[in-house]
Amino acid sequence: MSIILGLLTLVLLYIVVVQISKASDLIKSLRSDDEQEESFSNGALFVAVIGFGVLVYSIVSCFIYGPTILPKPASEQGVWIDNLLKITIVLTGIVFVITQTLLFWFAYKYQYKKDRKAYFFADHNKLEIAWTIIPAAVLTLLIVFGIQKWFKIFSPTPKEAIRIEVVGKQYAWSVRYAGADKKLGKRDFSLVNPDNELGINWNDASSHDDFMADEIVLPVGKPVSFDIGALDVIHNFWLPHFRLMMSAVPGVPTHLWFRPTVTTEEMKKETNNPNFEYVVACNKLCGSGHYNMKKVVKVVSQEEYEKWFRSQKSYYYSVVKQ
Amino acid sequence: MQTTTTSEQHVHDNAHAHASGHHHTETFVSKYIFSLDHKTIGKQFLTMGMIWAIIGGFMSVVFRIQLGWPDETFPILERIFSSWFTDGKLNPESYYALITMHGTIMVFFVLTASLSGTFANILIPLQIGARDMASPLMNALSFWLFFFAGVIMFASLFLPTGAASAGWTIYPPLSALPQTSPGSGNGMTFWLIAMVLFVASTLLGGLNYVSTILNMRTKGMTMYRMPLTVWALFFTAIIGILSFPVLVSCVVLLIFDRGLGTSFYLSNIVIGGKLLPYSGGSPILFQHLFWFLGHPEVYIIILPAMGIVSEVLAVHSRKPIFGYKAMIFSILGITVLSFIVWAHHMFLSGMNPFLGSIFTLFTLLIAIPSAVKVFNWLTTLWRGNIRINPPSMFAIGFVSMFISGGLTGIWLGNSTVDIQLHDTYFVVAHFHIVMGIAAFFGMFAGVYHWFPRMYGRMMNETMAYIHFAITFIGAYLIFWPMHFIGLAGVPRRYYSFNEIEAFAQYGDLNKLISIATIVVFLGQLLFLVNFVYSIYRGKKSTQNPWQANTLEWTSPIEGIHGNWDGELPTVHRWPYDYSRNPNSDVDFIPQTVPLTEEEKKDKIHH
Ligand code: HEM
Ligand SMILES: [Cu+2]
Ligand SMILES: [Cu+2]
Repeated sequence: MSIILGLLTLVLLYIVVVQISKASDLIKSLRSDDEQEESFSNGALFVAVIGFGVLVYSIVSCFIYGPTILPKPASEQGVWIDNLLKITIVLTGIVFVITQTLLFWFAYKYQYKKDRKAYFFADHNKLEIAWTIIPAAVLTLLIVFGIQKWFKIFSPTPKEAIRIEVVGKQYAWSVRYAGADKKLGKRDFSLVNPDNELGINWNDASSHDDFMADEIVLPVGKPVSFDIGALDVIHNFWLPHFRLMMSAVPGVPTHLWFRPTVTTEEMKKETNNPNFEYVVACNKLCGSGHYNMKKVVKVVSQEEYEKWFRSQKSYYYSVVKQ
Repeated sequence: MQTTTTSEQHVHDNAHAHASGHHHTETFVSKYIFSLDHKTIGKQFLTMGMIWAIIGGFMSVVFRIQLGWPDETFPILERIFSSWFTDGKLNPESYYALITMHGTIMVFFVLTASLSGTFANILIPLQIGARDMASPLMNALSFWLFFFAGVIMFASLFLPTGAASAGWTIYPPLSALPQTSPGSGNGMTFWLIAMVLFVASTLLGGLNYVSTILNMRTKGMTMYRMPLTVWALFFTAIIGILSFPVLVSCVVLLIFDRGLGTSFYLSNIVIGGKLLPYSGGSPILFQHLFWFLGHPEVYIIILPAMGIVSEVLAVHSRKPIFGYKAMIFSILGITVLSFIVWAHHMFLSGMNPFLGSIFTLFTLLIAIPSAVKVFNWLTTLWRGNIRINPPSMFAIGFVSMFISGGLTGIWLGNSTVDIQLHDTYFVVAHFHIVMGIAAFFGMFAGVYHWFPRMYGRMMNETMAYIHFAITFIGAYLIFWPMHFIGLAGVPRRYYSFNEIEAFAQYGDLNKLISIATIVVFLGQLLFLVNFVYSIYRGKKSTQNPWQANTLEWTSPIEGIHGNWDGELPTVHRWPYDYSRNPNSDVDFIPQTVPLTEEEKKDKIHH
């Protein structure tokens, strides 16, 4: 019943709008030439008000929602990305405001007047060259900054890095840490079975001290290295607060390393949120549970890390051998 | 009304006076349904496009309701769409099927097939002075293949396992293995078959557009006298011809992996502790093949809109388009570059960082021709005598959208910044503004502008004003805040933001976006009402209602087969002689008017 009533109201609304529009167009068509000019003028005002209104909204909303975006980056790499992002925001922001302003200002200022003549202005090579070269120069700047940092972010992993493997499957991440030998045991797909989903090769001695963790715990200031994989479909290992991500692709190993710089405790203060925690989220559509595939990340001091590390039990000795 | 037979020879014979005889009566079917007349086929594409846009738009309303009110139940919706809802809530599988179909429908069916199909069909022959397309039969086939592709795609919505649900980009292994997602069963099979038919349709259309433009221009219509609409449609068709076949090969290999046990895209897949018998393939290969089409595809969508906007802005600001040749060469530049930037969709796929840097370079280069176009549109408005009316309003709206979305492309195209933004809501904001909304604005500008040419009547202006206000403001309300949501790290394609606390802060904003979506959707229905109303009741159009220069306004307004009675018009000048003669009362000179002695001496365009 309520559906029918709703639909009826809607239909009525459309009928009213159509009738008003019909009448209003009819009045317009009866106008003389001078009034014609007035109607174009009203149109120009209409577009300018809407255009500038939206422009104001788009700028004001930056100040309203700006503070809600990600807090300061929690990794060295994230800081580089953030800086480049800020440069980009400023440069494109300036272009945005200037071009949108000109657009709606011209639309208003050069509105139709019966005895105005438009200026026949078909070409101007110098102008064309200018606005090819200026954007090119600005973009070159961005490309140079960007590529420089890009290579730094994907530079070879430091030897002292802590070795971690994350593997995605529908809809969870498994996390494996290299043990005291700082080496992850090899995986071999011919060894996969329901008890050894990852296909870890237990004959490889370096696998024996590896452990599986419920959370990703990282020491602040130390490089950490992630070998990333997936079992079933593509996932994406997304660490928003560290500004880093990398696809997890079945059959194609990927890799990422970075240096966390802000502990969870510090970030709680920074964000004024006592419940703050770093997370990993999946960022590549992987099926119906894609939206709920998180893992908690903790960044702690070196001592806390070592304490946690020592308390972990080798998967081989505590599970496989039992 | 005059009707003649559709014999090709007849159509192509320029000297043959059409006025003379052959009054075969056409049946309703041959005239409106299986018509070979390009004007009718154009209207068919437009009609299908509007139907698809309403379906695709409605889907977005349904899934925005889920995102806006994730905790509420909607028994009413459940009664209508019982298979999509469980306990009054849209279920995740259906959510993903809906976003997949929404993307596919909007990108391919509406903004590729219908946008190009409508305007290429209506404008190419009329603006270059041809009696019809090079092959009217291929042209009709193109429409009907598109139609059947649509029937199959639509049917997939009613399959028991649901429609395809791996996103419009259908990345395997998700799309290859039904055990990972119910939509990857029959739904995906239907998707793949529909898309193969769709590509065949696009190719038939594209080859036809290119050969028509190259071979069938009337006397005096040199390439450099073609309106920018025709130039844009020409390059659009070329991009389509070169890139769509790659989508077919991409899709065929996926069909093999799904049905024949090959491993092009699959390797080392473990499900439920069992290793599947695939080895040696790479899911990344799929992404390369897909985006080799996928990126050019976005330009297939936007170039026709750019062409329309260039023409509409020139006509209504009573000025020549600024930098006609620069406009052509920037389209050419975009065309060439669009083929060498595809991997910017894959910066974070694990590809070689060196490759990533090369693609950053090319990607940011493509912003240059785009910037040139924007500056040229702005200069076209500068010191014009602008008549604000529905077409010019939407053309201005297009430029605004293209600026907003193009600038965020510069963020994403820089691989380093993309590390943070890839696959977040920021990307959703970027492409909806620059491609989705902008292309729709171009399409609306075109429909309002050429409606009198198509139906001999004008559209109602008041409704058009309301339509513009709702759509322009609404689009910014919907998509602008998504930039912030993306910068807060929220990934795209999430069924709910409440499961992960870090992403849950935008409940109110998401409600606002969903409300705006519903209003904008209702606003589009007003456009439809106006469209249908104006076909029957609109004010009768005069022969050349906008006082434009191009040839389509010299063809009889009632739309005869063969387009011109008697001889085809002869062209003497370029299409942008607006306000050329400051001493004249008339501020336009149609292309059919011979050059004066004075003008011949002039070095500038003719
Ligand atoms: C100024 C030039 C542009 C640049 C530099 C640019 C750059 C990019 C980049 C790098 C991405 C990938 C983002 C990611 O997934 O992380 C992207 C996505 C996208 N862009 Fe652009 N873009 C530009 C203009 C355009 C235009 C003109 C269109 C369409 C008309 C467009 C449509 C799209 C679409 C549809 C996607 C998303 C595809 C998807 O993942 O579903 N872009 N753009
Ligand atoms: Cu996922
Ligand atoms: Cu692209």
